[in-house]
Amino acid sequence: MIPEIGHFSLILAFLFALIQSTLPFTGLAKNNQTFMNLAVPAARAQSILIAVSFLCLDYAFYSNDFSVLYVASTSNSNLPIIYRLAAIWGGHEGSMLLWVSILAIWTMAVTFFAKELPLRFYSTLIAVMGLVSVGLLMFILFTSNPFERLIPAALDGRDLNPLLQDPGMVFHPPLLYMGYVGFSVAFAFAIAALLDGRLDVTWARWTRPWTTAAWIFLTLGIALGSRWAYYELGWGGWWFWDAVENASFMPWLVGTALIHSLAVTEKRNAFKAWTVLLSICAFSLSLLGTFLVRSGVLTSVHAFASDPSRGMFILLFLAIVIGGALVLFALRAPTVGLGEKFDVVSRESLLLTNNVVLIVATGSVLLGTLYPLLIDAMGMGKISVGPPYFDAVFVAIMAPGIFLMGIGPVARWKKATLPELATKLRWAMAVSLVSALLVPSVLGKLTLMIFVGLLMAFWVMSSVFVALRIRLLASQNSTLLDKLKEITPAFYGMLVAHFGLAVFIFGVTMVKGYESEQDLRMQIGESVNVRGFDFRFDGVKPIRGPNYVAKQGLFYVTNQGAEHATLTPEKRLYPVQGAIMTEASISTGVMRDLYVSLGEELEQGAWSVRIYIKPFVQWIWMGALLMAIGGVLTLVDRRYRPISKKLNVESPGV
Amino acid sequence: MKLKLILPLALFVIVMGFLAKGLFLNPREVPSPLIGKPTPIFTAPTLDDASKSFSTADMKGKVWLLNVWASWCAACREEHPLLLEMRQHDLPLYGLAYKDTDAEAKTVLQQMGNPYIITATDASGKIGIDYGVYGVPETYVIDKTGIIRYKQIGPITPAALRDKILPLLKELEK
Amino acid sequence: MTHVTKACLACLLWLSIGVASSAQTTEDPQLEARLKALSAELRCLVCQNTTLADSDAALAEDLRNEIRVLMRDGKTNEEITAYLVERYGDFVLYRPPVNANTALLWFGPFIMLLIGAITLIVVLKKRAKLPSTETVESITDEQ
Repeated sequence: MIPEIGHFSLILAFLFALIQSTLPFTGLAKNNQTFMNLAVPAARAQSILIAVSFLCLDYAFYSNDFSVLYVASTSNSNLPIIYRLAAIWGGHEGSMLLWVSILAIWTMAVTFFAKELPLRFYSTLIAVMGLVSVGLLMFILFTSNPFERLIPAALDGRDLNPLLQDPGMVFHPPLLYMGYVGFSVAFAFAIAALLDGRLDVTWARWTRPWTTAAWIFLTLGIALGSRWAYYELGWGGWWFWDAVENASFMPWLVGTALIHSLAVTEKRNAFKAWTVLLSICAFSLSLLGTFLVRSGVLTSVHAFASDPSRGMFILLFLAIVIGGALVLFALRAPTVGLGEKFDVVSRESLLLTNNVVLIVATGSVLLGTLYPLLIDAMGMGKISVGPPYFDAVFVAIMAPGIFLMGIGPVARWKKATLPELATKLRWAMAVSLVSALLVPSVLGKLTLMIFVGLLMAFWVMSSVFVALRIRLLASQNSTLLDKLKEITPAFYGMLVAHFGLAVFIFGVTMVKGYESEQDLRMQIGESVNVRGFDFRFDGVKPIRGPNYVAKQGLFYVTNQGAEHATLTPEKRLYPVQGAIMTEASISTGVMRDLYVSLGEELEQGAWSVRIYIKPFVQWIWMGALLMAIGGVLTLVDRRYRPISKKLNVESPGV
Repeated sequence: MKLKLILPLALFVIVMGFLAKGLFLNPREVPSPLIGKPTPIFTAPTLDDASKSFSTADMKGKVWLLNVWASWCAACREEHPLLLEMRQHDLPLYGLAYKDTDAEAKTVLQQMGNPYIITATDASGKIGIDYGVYGVPETYVIDKTGIIRYKQIGPITPAALRDKILPLLKELEK
Repeated sequence: MTHVTKACLACLLWLSIGVASSAQTTEDPQLEARLKALSAELRCLVCQNTTLADSDAALAEDLRNEIRVLMRDGKTNEEITAYLVERYGDFVLYRPPVNANTALLWFGPFIMLLIGAITLIVVLKKRAKLPSTETVESITDEQ
C-alpha cells in the first residue's frame, strides 16, 4: 500500500510540476498576475508530494518490504538500520528519487526566500526549476520507477554492496546532490535574467548566496567521497580522476569560477554576460554528470547499471534544458549589458584571469574524460586516459592560477599597478621560496613536484596574511580587536577559503612526495620498522558483525619504544553477496596517518600485509573543510542576506 | 548575432553528438591490436593426450578458428551449443583451454560434447597473454598465411556467426 | 551479460582487497618498486577502473608476474610497455601515447590556455579603454 502511495504521490508531483513550469511562463507572456502567482503554491505542493514519495520509499526500506523490487535488490533484513535507510540512494532508481527530492528542497527554499523579488522575476525562477523537475520526474516515472513491485516478493534482499555500508557513503550522495542540484538555482536566476533582459548588481547580490550555498555542499560532498575512498578501498588512494569523480569536480570548478565572477558582477557591475554563461555551465555540467553516470557511455567505478534507453532519455532532456538555455543566451546576452570599465591590472582583471584558468582546467578535465569516447566514436580505436594525464595537465594549468590567487586579494579594484603589487607581496614570495626549500631539505628529499607544490601552498598562505595585514593597516580603529571586528565575515570567508586551498595543496604535496608503502609477508609475532615506526603483528582472530564475519588482525605500533597505536585491520566476508572486503585500520594524526590493511592469509599462519605511512594526508580534507567554512562565513555576512534588505530590483546599484 | 555568443551552443551540440553516438558503443570492449598481424606462435600439449602437442605451425596453409575457453567460465557454456553446431557444419574449430586443469576441461567436454578438432591447453595463461585474451570466451579467425583476421570478444552470437564469421571464412578459403 | 562484465561485478569489491599475492613481493624490493611504478600507469583489462598495480583480477596477477619476468630479463620500461600494447592495444595505457590520434588530447589544454590568454588580453585592453561611467558604489568596504 505504502509503495503505491509513494508512486501516486510522484505522479501528482509531476502534475504540479507541470503547472509550476507552464503557467508562470504563460502568465509572464500574457502579463497575467494570477498565473504568475500560482508558481509558489504549485512549487510547494510539488515539493511536499515528492517528500511524501521519498518517505514512502524510506518506509519500504525501514520495514524490509521485499515486495518492492528496488528494496529487494538493494537491501537486506540483516543490514543495520542506518544503512537500510541510506540504501535508498544505493542504486539508480532510488538515487534519482533523491535527486528530485533535493531539487524539491531547493525549490521550497526558493519559495520562502525569494518572495521579496518582483513577481515577474521570482515566478520565472520557480518556473525554470519546475521545468527541470518535470524532466526528471518524467524520467523516473517512465524509465526508473523505484516503486515497482516484485511479485512474488523476495524472501530477503540482495543486500547493499558492502563497500557502501559505511558512514561516509551515508552522507556523501546527499551532500553531493545538494551541491550538484543546488546549482539549478543559479541556473534559474540566469535564465530569469536573460528573459527579463536585465542584469545588475542586485541580481548578483541575490544569486550569490544561493550559489555559494550549493558550492559549499558540493565541496563537502566531494571531500567526503574522497576521504571515504581513502579509508574504505584499502590501498590509500583518494582521487582517481575516474569519470564520475570528474563529473562532480567539473561543476565544482565552474562553481568556483562563478562565485568569483559573481563577486565582480556584484561589486563592479561587470562580467555580466560571462556570469550568466557560467551559471548555465555549472548546472549543465551537473546534468552532464548525471548523464555520464547512468548511460553506460563511460566505464566507471561509480556507474549505476547502464541502459542506453535511459541514456537517450537523459540526453534528450539535456538537449532541451541546456540547448534551450544556450540558445536563449545567444539571443539575449547582449541585453544584459556590458558593465564598468577596469584597468588591465586590477582586481577585476585578476579575477577574470582566475576564471579563465578555472574554465580551461574544466575544459581539460572534460576533454580527458570524454576523449576515449571521442576516439571510439570516430572509429579510431580505444584508448585510456587516466591519472598520469590528468595529474600532469591539471596541475600545469592550475599552477599559474594559484600564483595569481596570492595577488588577487591584495590588488585594488578598478586600478592597480604592478610595482605596488610587487612591493606588497615581496616578503610573501621570499618566505614561500625559502620554506619550499627548507621543508624538503629537513625531510631529506627534494623533487621539482615537491618544490612547486610547497611553493604554491606557502605562497597562498603568506599572501593571505599579507591581505589581512593590509586590511588591518587601513582600518581607522585603534585597538587590534576593533580592527578585527571591523572586517566583514565575507572578507574572513575569502581568507579562510583561500587558506583552506593552500592547506589542501600542502597535504597533497606532502603525501605524494613523502608517503611510503610496504607490501610484506608477516609472521605472527614478527615486527617490521617503517619510517621509525615499529609494527608488530600480533595475530588474527575471528569476529562477527551484524551482517558479516571477519578475521581481525592486531598490530601493535610503537615509536622508538613508546606505545603509539593499536591497529585492527579486518578481512570481512558478507555472506549475502558472497563478497570479501578489506577494512583498513588507520591511526589518524595531524602530521601523518598510519595505515595497515590485510591481504591474503598465507601458509603457516602468515599474512600478506600492506603498511602505509602517509604524511599530512588529513590536510587534504581539512583544507576542503576550511574552504567550506570560508564559504559559510561569506553566507553569514548580513549584507548578502537579502531578507534584511527589501530590495526593489528596478534601481541599479544601491 | 556575435560569433562568440553562439560558440557555447555550438560546442554543446558537438559534445551532444558524440554522447549520442556513445550510447551505441561499448566502452568496456577492448579491440585486438592483433588483427592483421601474424598469429602468435605457440606449441602446447593437447587435452586428450598431454604427451602430444599442437602447434600453430601445424596450421600453416589452413584457415582455422581458435576458441579460447575454460571450464570455470559460465559464458563459455552459453556459447557451447553454437560451437557444436558450427562443428557439425565442418567448421575448422580448435580449442584452447585457458587457465584450466586437464581434468575439469575434459569433464566439460564429456558432459557437453566436444566441438573442437583438437584442444590445446594453456594452464598458465601465457599463451592467452600473447593473444591478448582478457576474458573468456574469445575466438580468433586465422587465415592460410597465419594472419589473424577477426576476433570475437565474448560468446559467438548467431548474428556474429552469420554476418561476420561465415562470410569471412568463405572468403579466406578461396 | 558479457564475459567481462560478469568478472567485473565483483570488481568493485576486489578493489578493497588491496594486497595482491605477495609470494614474490619481498624477493627484490627494487624490482618490486619498479613494478609498482610501472603498473600504476597501466590499466587492468578486467577490472577496468583500477590500475594493474591495484587490481586483484587473475589476469592482473598474471600480467604483473609477466612484467616481473621481463624486468628480470633486463627489459626496459619502454620495452615492457610496448610488449603489452602489442597484445592489448593502447587501452592498457593510462598515460595515453602521444601520436596523431591524441594530439588534440595532449595539446588541447594548452591551446585552450593560449586562446584564453589571448581573449583575456583583448578583452582587458578593450575594457580599459571604456569611458569611465559613474562608479558603482555597491558595498564599498575595500579600498
